[in-house]
Amino acid sequence: MDNEKLDVNTTIAILERIKDIIEANKDYLTELDSAIGDADHGINMNRGFSKAIEKVRNNQYFDIGSIFKDVAMSLMSTVGGAAGPLYGTFFMRASMKLAGHKEADLTLLAQAFREGLNGVIALGKAQPGDKTMVDALIPAIDALETAAKEGSSLKDGLAKALAMAEKGMKDTIPLVAKKGRASYLGERSAGHQDPGATSSYLILKAFYEALEN
Amino acid sequence: MIGILVVCHSAKAAKGIAEIASQMAGEKVKVVGVGGNEEGGIGTSTADIYAVLSELLNECESIVVIPDLGSAVLSTKAALEFLTDEQKSKVIIADAPVLEGAMMAAVEASTGSPKEKVMQVAESAHLLKKLVN
Ligand SMILES: Nc1ncnc2c1ncn2[C@@H]1O[C@H](COP(=O)(O)OP(=O)(O)OP(=O)(O)O)[C@@H](O)[C@H]1O
Ligand SMILES: [Mg+2]
Repeated sequence: MDNEKLDVNTTIAILERIKDIIEANKDYLTELDSAIGDADHGINMNRGFSKAIEKVRNNQYFDIGSIFKDVAMSLMSTVGGAAGPLYGTFFMRASMKLAGHKEADLTLLAQAFREGLNGVIALGKAQPGDKTMVDALIPAIDALETAAKEGSSLKDGLAKALAMAEKGMKDTIPLVAKKGRASYLGERSAGHQDPGATSSYLILKAFYEALEN
Repeated sequence: MIGILVVCHSAKAAKGIAEIASQMAGEKVKVVGVGGNEEGGIGTSTADIYAVLSELLNECESIVVIPDLGSAVLSTKAALEFLTDEQKSKVIIADAPVLEGAMMAAVEASTGSPKEKVMQVAESAHLLKKLVN
């Protein structure tokens, strides 16, 4: 596996890793969602990524954009909660940037993630600090872009992005939710970590860990 | 024909609300409900919403969608992205209480109003009082 480029095999390995990590954290995500939501985020994400990996395993790919697209379609139809259309849009927008590419370097990956994030924001209208997945994704993708400009390796870029996602995730704890189901709790949503920011961190963690191996 | 699509977290709720609103709709309006996740549990599915929208677009010149909240709104918007621009221009989403909004939309649509007016009337259902007179 070439660690400097994300090719078809690496992308599939990453998805396997996402599925494993989400599965291992299913109860944790659901527990976070039970504090400020409807206690389904872990179940939703686990269902979505299990279906996504099933689809990907049964297909043959010649470019990485098509993998991202299949993931997007699976998530949109199977997740069931807000995370479905949001992560679905993330992977769909990213897939457009990656279409026709057999591999991606850090620069292309950062561009694809930026497109994905823009799609999430356009759909969900979340601002930074609204206590959503966007609070983990924005600092992570900013870091990914900076690393790309500095000429970092793919793995180092993802390590930096992961560190920032973790910080963004933890920084959601004191926030009062302004978007999603948690916003119905008002002030009572403060003091809890956002489930979606946590799943975003876990997804990035899978990208990093899969490249490490 | 104008279509009203009720999108709820529960398929039963969506179909039930569509049924209630249909009573007021007459023949020029088709009210349909869709909801639930792909396993039939509580949630919404972009794929299901897209399928129902495409089908409705075969018989209706315009559609007003009335989602309950959260992912019902997001999944509907995501589903619209799969329509052609021409199809998309025929669909409008109302920010309305789902039952009262669907009922008022059905009544307004049955008078032959365009979708923009139907949406506006559905949204005015926010102001409806049910414990007076
Ligand atoms: N408008 C939004 N923009 C960005 N992220 C959002 C938005 N709404 C919700 N989220 C994210 O989605 C996470 C919840 O995902 P989940 O799959 O549990 O959806 P849900 O809230 O149960 O959906 P539903 O709207 O069907 O109740 C939140 O923790 C938050 O990070
Ligand atoms: Mg939830």
